[in-house]
Amino acid sequence: MAETKPSVWKKITSNRLFLPVVCLLVVLLINVIRTPAFFQISIRNGVLYGYIVDVVNRASELVILAVGMTLVTAASGGQDISVGAVMAVAAAVCCQILSGGKVTTSAFQNPLLLAIVAALAASALCGAFNGFLVARLKIQPMVATLILFTAGRGIAQLVTQGQITYVRVGTYQVIGGYIASCPIPTPIFIAIGTALLVYLVLNKTALGLSIESVGINGSASRLVGLNSTMIQFLTYVLCGLLAGVAGIVASSRIYSADANNIGLNLEMDAILAVALGGNFLGGGKFSLMGSVIGAFTIQALTTTLYAMNVSGDQLPVYKAIAVVIIVTLQSPVFQEFLKARKVRRRRTAEGGSCG
Amino acid sequence: MNQKILLTMKDISKSFPGVLALQHVQFTLRKGEIHALMGENGAGKSTLIKVLTGVYQLESGEIRMDGAARPIVNHSPQEAQANGISTVYQEVNLCPNLTVAENLFLGREPRRFGMIDWKTMNRKSEALLKSLEIPVAPAAMLEECSLAIQQMIAIARAVDMRCKVLILDEPTSSLDDDEVEKLFALMRKLKAEGVGILFVTHFLEQVYAVCDRITVLRNGGFVGEYETKDLPRVMLVAKMLGKDLDDLAEIKSAHSEHRFEEEKVPVISARQLGHRGTIKPFDLDIRKGEVVGLTGLLGSGRSEMVRVLYGADRPDCGKLMVRGRKAKISKPLDAMKLGMGYLPENRQRDGIIAELSVRENIIIALQAKRGMCRLMSRREMDEAADRYIDLLQIKTAGRETPVKSLSGGNQQKVIIGRWLLTHPDYLILDEPTRGIDIGTKTAIQKLVLSLADQGMAVTFISAEVEEMLRTCSRMLVLRDGRKVGELSGDELNQETVMQTIAGGGEDDG
Repeated sequence: MAETKPSVWKKITSNRLFLPVVCLLVVLLINVIRTPAFFQISIRNGVLYGYIVDVVNRASELVILAVGMTLVTAASGGQDISVGAVMAVAAAVCCQILSGGKVTTSAFQNPLLLAIVAALAASALCGAFNGFLVARLKIQPMVATLILFTAGRGIAQLVTQGQITYVRVGTYQVIGGYIASCPIPTPIFIAIGTALLVYLVLNKTALGLSIESVGINGSASRLVGLNSTMIQFLTYVLCGLLAGVAGIVASSRIYSADANNIGLNLEMDAILAVALGGNFLGGGKFSLMGSVIGAFTIQALTTTLYAMNVSGDQLPVYKAIAVVIIVTLQSPVFQEFLKARKVRRRRTAEGGSCG
Repeated sequence: MNQKILLTMKDISKSFPGVLALQHVQFTLRKGEIHALMGENGAGKSTLIKVLTGVYQLESGEIRMDGAARPIVNHSPQEAQANGISTVYQEVNLCPNLTVAENLFLGREPRRFGMIDWKTMNRKSEALLKSLEIPVAPAAMLEECSLAIQQMIAIARAVDMRCKVLILDEPTSSLDDDEVEKLFALMRKLKAEGVGILFVTHFLEQVYAVCDRITVLRNGGFVGEYETKDLPRVMLVAKMLGKDLDDLAEIKSAHSEHRFEEEKVPVISARQLGHRGTIKPFDLDIRKGEVVGLTGLLGSGRSEMVRVLYGADRPDCGKLMVRGRKAKISKPLDAMKLGMGYLPENRQRDGIIAELSVRENIIIALQAKRGMCRLMSRREMDEAADRYIDLLQIKTAGRETPVKSLSGGNQQKVIIGRWLLTHPDYLILDEPTRGIDIGTKTAIQKLVLSLADQGMAVTFISAEVEEMLRTCSRMLVLRDGRKVGELSGDELNQETVMQTIAGGGEDDG
């Protein structure tokens, strides 16, 4: 082999984001074939309209959750399965404060900012609870977060006194809708803004490196002076906080706090997004970008299936099939198989030319 | 003595990628003897046992058991058990939430009409326990028994499965003296019944208390088989540690005996510092420019001592002064801020952060010391990494290469670089040269001496006495978690060091 430097192709394929991107592209490609109008964007009633806009818009909550889930996964080698329930808690707190305790309101009873801050504080507190159990008491993440996974929606119900609280105020709907005459849905800004902010925090402080270090080798990290417990705890607080942001967005979309349905099953999608993004669920090195791509892939898949007139009940089946295929493609065993096949082919080719 | 030979292992070899774990090792066990298998870490004791019990497949050599016409090959511990070889490990492999009787008969319960016959099981258990004089009721829960009893139950289980060869892999390391004595009584009883016992332990006292013969391994090779009464302790220690001669003899002479005498106050001064269960209270002073060695056999407390100094284990008694000021160290970061650095004994588990790059592994300690918010600039990181890759001649494809793809010696250098970057006053090196090639070894020893010349205080731990004699200006000897001697000047010679390590055996040495 006279190759002196790796080809551009090789450089691209060896990038860790290569497979996640390919998966996203495949899902999009299937969309285009099935629904030729998939990428068409038109403006109706002054806002952007089309399948692709819908995908990006609907993926917002998932993107925000996936960012938090990535950090938790990286630092503790486990997942936070309570994020869906924490979304419901944040939504309940937010709406309840806005409605002043009534079931429905058409005017803010308290300032919006107060409601948002309180909702985020509540969700961060949930995160802190999870973090304490995992980082301090060393309980397995899945078990620790199972507590709020089951209790979270109950807490949300308690906050809303078992009612669905409606906030029928235009200003509140801005969060999940549109800002004034801007044609781009607000959740997209929030999702991108959140991801960007977290990215900056991780890379402008030593937090990113510390999270990876603790996730890879907690014992060695402690000996070089990192506070493993504190770092793990922080990721859970952050994950809870981000679930709160997602909860407020979700609640604003339906201008209510539906404790039973907000963020339902979203924790599984978030974990899946992290995995599809090429991140190892056992912790360690991570890529935020990967998880974001993973989140878009899942949402694109969901929208595709809806576009193909798959009913909501059957949706999980098709989704599961697609996920099995994607995960298999990315699995190390399959990668080894491909590599081995390539080598074999090259060998037969060389053998043929040499005689 | 004309004992019948029970088990012979001949010419056993086994290699792992890059390491020859066993080379032409032999081992013979006779009927009714207790045979100690001795050697330092990495000598190949566990590998030999694992080959014998079928956990690993042997590459060459043969294992013969008395009564079998052909050599036996064990593919799994179950098969070994069927061949009459049972193992009891340090951590009891039983079910704590079952009763003693259930544990004894787990997997081979007496049955009646397809159901477990509890009556028979309890009766048989009682008889078995009585015959071995183990004071416990069959119905007691295993987790309520003491560790020694649990060990004995594991042994009873093995005995009842008609084992001819019983392997005890460090059964005593978590037992207290009384419990050890009880275990020994049981071992002697089994010995009288004709069972051959292979006993692995790090405690010399115990070897001399119960064993008939000793086989010594070193670096995967067979050193010899001896009758216990013919092998004085000092000789045993010498055989375990070996005397590698290499090209290092002249290092020490090149090192100027430059002392920083003007410094009256020790950099580190410990008074009655200790940690329950690992290291008994000790005093220690280390001055500027001094290389102090800690020696003793594995488990003697040499690593535990530095872990307490560094705050890796929180001391529970005594006090520590750093440069004459009282210091409170409850976690490694506290120690780092006082100018300490610590290269841990277990590089894979406590040292490298495998998936991170060489650069990240080098800067991580300095970064942690600076704090979360003051991230080093990328240029600063690159410069630091390049400087130490160059200075320590770390062989790596680049600074962004994951550290796990480096060889052991180079990984060790990365960790040394990590600490040098923090400019410590006091550097602890626990086994920095273990498992690395001779060239790197020499380089590390030279580095230690030059650091001391520049005024750094160093604590150096190594299993090789020769290496310590070359680098250290003073040596502390530990045994069974206690500081038993301090040697300097003329006392720093192989003979005295080994005498002190072995202890209690001067009269037969």
